[in-house]
Amino acid sequence: MKGPLWLAWRYVLFHKAKSLILVACIVLTTILPVAVKLLVWQFDQKIVARAASTPSVVGAKGSSLDLVLSALYFKQGVIEPVAYAEVERAYGDGLATAIPLHCMFTAMDYPVVGTSLEYFDYRELELGGGTLFVSLGDCVVGHKVAEMLSVNVGDQIISDRANVLDLAGQSPLKLNVVGVLEASRTPDDWAVFVDLKTAWVIQGLGHGHQDLNKESPDSPVLMASESGRIIANRGVVSYIEITDDNADSFHFHGDTDEFPVTAILVSASGFKEETILQGRYDSSDSEVQFVRPEIVVRDLMTIVFQVNRFFNANAILIGGSTAMLLVLVVLLSLRLRKREMETMFRLGCSRGTIVWLQVGEMGIIFGLAMVFVLLGSTWVWMISGDIVEGLLVNSR
Amino acid sequence: MIQIEDLKFQYPRAEFTLRLPQLVIESGQRVAIVGPSGCGKTTLLNLISGITLPRVGTVTVCGEEVSAMSDASRRNFRIAKIGMVFQQFELVEYLDVLSNILLPFSINSTLSKSSEVRCRAIEFAEAMGLKEKLARRPAQLSQGEQQRVAICRALITEPGVVLADEPTGNLDPENKRRILDLIFQLAEKQNQTLIVVTHDMGILSGFDRVIDFEEMRFSNTDKESSDAAHGAVGEQI
Repeated sequence: MKGPLWLAWRYVLFHKAKSLILVACIVLTTILPVAVKLLVWQFDQKIVARAASTPSVVGAKGSSLDLVLSALYFKQGVIEPVAYAEVERAYGDGLATAIPLHCMFTAMDYPVVGTSLEYFDYRELELGGGTLFVSLGDCVVGHKVAEMLSVNVGDQIISDRANVLDLAGQSPLKLNVVGVLEASRTPDDWAVFVDLKTAWVIQGLGHGHQDLNKESPDSPVLMASESGRIIANRGVVSYIEITDDNADSFHFHGDTDEFPVTAILVSASGFKEETILQGRYDSSDSEVQFVRPEIVVRDLMTIVFQVNRFFNANAILIGGSTAMLLVLVVLLSLRLRKREMETMFRLGCSRGTIVWLQVGEMGIIFGLAMVFVLLGSTWVWMISGDIVEGLLVNSR
Repeated sequence: MIQIEDLKFQYPRAEFTLRLPQLVIESGQRVAIVGPSGCGKTTLLNLISGITLPRVGTVTVCGEEVSAMSDASRRNFRIAKIGMVFQQFELVEYLDVLSNILLPFSINSTLSKSSEVRCRAIEFAEAMGLKEKLARRPAQLSQGEQQRVAICRALITEPGVVLADEPTGNLDPENKRRILDLIFQLAEKQNQTLIVVTHDMGILSGFDRVIDFEEMRFSNTDKESSDAAHGAVGEQI
């Protein structure tokens, strides 16, 4: 077999362009469905793993998928917030622990997630440096955010305006980076975590400004002052940074129980408690819903796999037509090489050896293609995690 | 020695029949076969080399009855004992000169490509003036050079018989003479029997024998007078 294989190899080398086109045809036809399979599998693994690590989520009634995406991937603006009182209600009589999540704003284009310190234990997030947030205005940045923005502990990042055209709107807030998280290869890597109250300050529900009590009556910022009630104009200096000096001036107007949270991560202490909680939320007069992310995500994946089936059928059809084209190319090649084969036969080559020559040629082509498919698939496999992560993060 | 006895051959669905009552070619003889197109010259070469088998009769080459051999034996016999040169050279386009010369060793597992064979190939190429062109491909050679490569390929297995089908048919007069001289030289050096089919009457002077197929064709196609005619052709042969 050495001779025919060597001849086949020489033929493949001589007809480089033809061989490369054939190899490319096989590689593209094969690697596309393989890559899609890998990506879908990776997507399934990632999204299900994230969902499975989140027992239940409470949020405003509406699309359960939107609620899950908001709670798990910090997707913004897709669901109405619920009142903070719901967090207290979830804690209620000790049926569960509840972690509020409020993600309505961004900082340097990364989602700002207002939450409590329990979130880090809940997600088993480790600090790579610094501390967790302890004061108003502190933030802990995810691994990727720190990497992409080149920020570290001690640096500051600025929250983005919700509407850049609304100059009279809430001013951006400078956030002090007090901690950087270790890489977790989850959406947490791509988020900026702040205390829930800091999130409300960013939203404009709380603010700090110059002490008007210290202003003289003829101060240009004062409009009126009567019986301890001070009315100031827009000239009042609002703080865009929370420091030790001005932290005391920050305050909230209104009842914080009515303040918004996007979603609440609920971890019931047992199956029974979870069932009781679900019963409460499932009542028709409730304005919030209780969802199990894993069930929602599996429903989504069922749709994805159904769509994938169409893609598989398409891949089979394309594969079949490519195979037929390859057969055609081989048959035409045989015709073109008829004289060469005839000469070999006349010289003393067996028909079997001639067949091996052809089989060897196709074997080399397929072998080369499979090497490229293997390399390509390995590469896709290596980057599929990042691709899927990017897809999920960018879907926000 | 090549010995043909009572040979009869006919292609399927063809009127033409080749009949040869007897033909003996001694070892080392240089024989030219001439005759018009379609008279059976190439068919005779195919019968001697075992590519085709006679319906009747025997073909014995170098003491072995080719017509009685199995397919595999005939292939092995052909590659070891017969060297073939074609009018269109029939070199393999994707192999260089050296690989083309060594082709018989790549396509039949009964031959082994030793370093000795390699050296012989280079020697042949050198004798043919191709030493500097061993790494070139056929398309990079002139027609004369291509035919010289084909001759090297035919002789590399040191066959007992060299069959050449119009080896000078595609060559200019200068190359024609040169190629024939080379074939004669190498065949003589290895005491090889040389059978050359040609249309070119101008080259016949260099051969020991000339077999004219024109009369044979007449006799072969006329069954009634075949015996007498065969006798006459046989005498002529």
